[in-house]
Amino acid sequence: MNLRYLASRLAQGLLVLWIAFSLSFFLLYWLPGDPVITMLGAGGELQSFDPAEVARLRAEFHLDQPLIVQYLFALGNLVRLDFGTSIQAGTPVTEAIAAALPSTLALAALALGLALIIGTVIAVTATLTRRPWLRDTLAALPGLGVALPTFWVGLMLLQVFSFRIPLFPAVGTGTPAAIVLPAVTLAIPLSAIIAQVLFRSLQNAWIQPFVTTYTASGYTRLRLLLRQALPVALLPTLTMGGVLFGQALAGSVVVENVFSRQGLGRLAQTAVTGQDIPLVQGIVLFAAAVFVLVNLITDLTYPLLDPRLRAARRKLESTSGNTLAEASDRADGSAGASPAGSTAVTAAAGSTATATGIEGARA
Amino acid sequence: MSLATELQKNSRTAPPGPGANLAHDDHVTGGSDLAAGGVRPGGLRRLTSAVGALRIGIVEVIAIIVLGLAALAALWPTLLTSVDPLTGNPADRLLPPGAERIFGTDQLGRDVFARTVHGSAQTLSASLAAVLIGVGAGVLIGLLSGFFTGVLDAIFMRTVDVLQAVPGLLLSMAVITALGFGTLNVAVAVGVAAVPSFARLTRAEVIRWRSTEFVRAARADGLSAISVLARHILPQVRGPIGALLALEFGSAVLAVSALSFLGFGAPPPQPEWGLLVSEGRDFLAAAWWMTTFPGLVVAAVVLAANRLSHAVNSEKEFR
Repeated sequence: MNLRYLASRLAQGLLVLWIAFSLSFFLLYWLPGDPVITMLGAGGELQSFDPAEVARLRAEFHLDQPLIVQYLFALGNLVRLDFGTSIQAGTPVTEAIAAALPSTLALAALALGLALIIGTVIAVTATLTRRPWLRDTLAALPGLGVALPTFWVGLMLLQVFSFRIPLFPAVGTGTPAAIVLPAVTLAIPLSAIIAQVLFRSLQNAWIQPFVTTYTASGYTRLRLLLRQALPVALLPTLTMGGVLFGQALAGSVVVENVFSRQGLGRLAQTAVTGQDIPLVQGIVLFAAAVFVLVNLITDLTYPLLDPRLRAARRKLESTSGNTLAEASDRADGSAGASPAGSTAVTAAAGSTATATGIEGARA
Repeated sequence: MSLATELQKNSRTAPPGPGANLAHDDHVTGGSDLAAGGVRPGGLRRLTSAVGALRIGIVEVIAIIVLGLAALAALWPTLLTSVDPLTGNPADRLLPPGAERIFGTDQLGRDVFARTVHGSAQTLSASLAAVLIGVGAGVLIGLLSGFFTGVLDAIFMRTVDVLQAVPGLLLSMAVITALGFGTLNVAVAVGVAAVPSFARLTRAEVIRWRSTEFVRAARADGLSAISVLARHILPQVRGPIGALLALEFGSAVLAVSALSFLGFGAPPPQPEWGLLVSEGRDFLAAAWWMTTFPGLVVAAVVLAANRLSHAVNSEKEFR
């Protein structure tokens, strides 16, 4: 693997994180409210606060300094992976996030796995079937999946599978059965995204010359699809990794609220409700870091999975700074996602393909 | 008539540029074109061809009816229900849906249908405001960034990168932390999260049209950059943005109701779609109608908006 390429991608990722930090800092710390008053409680009533205590806390959080000094302090801490201290809980933000992470990670991983299975089954069946009504129905499902409000789907599942038919517990984190309904709720919009992208790229793969060749040599449709077309079609779906992770993380806010689970999403909600600025900023930066990391991993593993790209990448690296996602679009011979995608999903897919290297569009 | 306008007309019959989707042309730019087309000679012909090109099917008719009803509920709620959404009769509490109250009543005896109808004004106006903020800021950034390459482009696009790296809901929640709760702040927060997609789309379109003959001719004519952008590039960008607008409206309805469900929107006595669902969750086992119907309404409006966006867009793709 080319070290120079790796370094430039790392630098790009760090740049995104630095801008994310700066934007969120100036957005959040430019507030009219006083975090110290919030911390001392009583809904901001200015009755009996000891001025010395307020001043001491201000100094502790560097709130008595000019904004730019506060910014430099925070940036210095960030380099040491110190996101500051949660105003509400009084614990370091990194600790709060680390404590909430495992539960959300389990939920997101289960939901993503489930979504991958459901999405693949829908896309493959829709491509394979010879019945128009079945194909049309399956092709319409993803549109339905992204249109249903997640909080409502969760409540409907609770109502049916927890209250009417008591299969799963309604609340809690403890038992393994408790994770089923939240994971299904979270998997519905994710599987819709996967099904949509995969269906599109399967249709693109289906008109490639190699499909004709294999059909001529006597492959059955099912075998051809599963053994030859699906691996090719799954690659563009891989570029969706960052978006899917982000969606899972954002979805966990709603899902953990509906099912009263502990986790990162719940932490984010309480942080916003309590105007816990360092914690909100920490979670936002964490989400951005996950997105950058997933995209980086995708970019680095892509050529290992797609041999066509190794040659293309060598050519590209010598000429311009285009990223692999761009190259893969070209190599796949697909027209690339049109700017106004037919749904939010395809628009998101198009933008992820270029999210990592916008120079591509200029070329 | 300047050379630039002449060239722009010619380019309509043969779209230029090596862009990915050449198939887009002026005949299918849909709604936004109608207003402009109506006043020009031949406007009627273009108008009818635009409507005909939409190939309106039964699904699109249903979508238009759903959105029309939602708009009616937002603008003149009293046409759909005469019941007051805020006061209820405690004797009528938790009544199941029936002929008189089609959505049932809540724990205070308030009519859920009336609350849903009156809630549409809050939710839909917040969604509309969010989309307008998104399209305003996004198109401006996209136009400037695509037209003036270099430092400005780099700064704008890095910022957009960052906005896209953070999931929309979390980004909105960060903005709400800064601004505080309330329907207007929710609208701003959702609007900020919608900026990246508009900015990216506009920028891609501007880059596609920038190097065409008529734009270069307009520049050679001595037109300022601003007037070239406004008079020659913006009209070309209108169509794709229209399709994205419908789509983003659907997502905005989802985001606004999700944020109001989480309790960041209007305070409880006010009816708001997300809040209605959230109020019903304590009575999930006893009164299923309190959560089911408002949620169904949200889903129907979002589906209708997505469907219309798809209809406008697919015409462009398969032409």
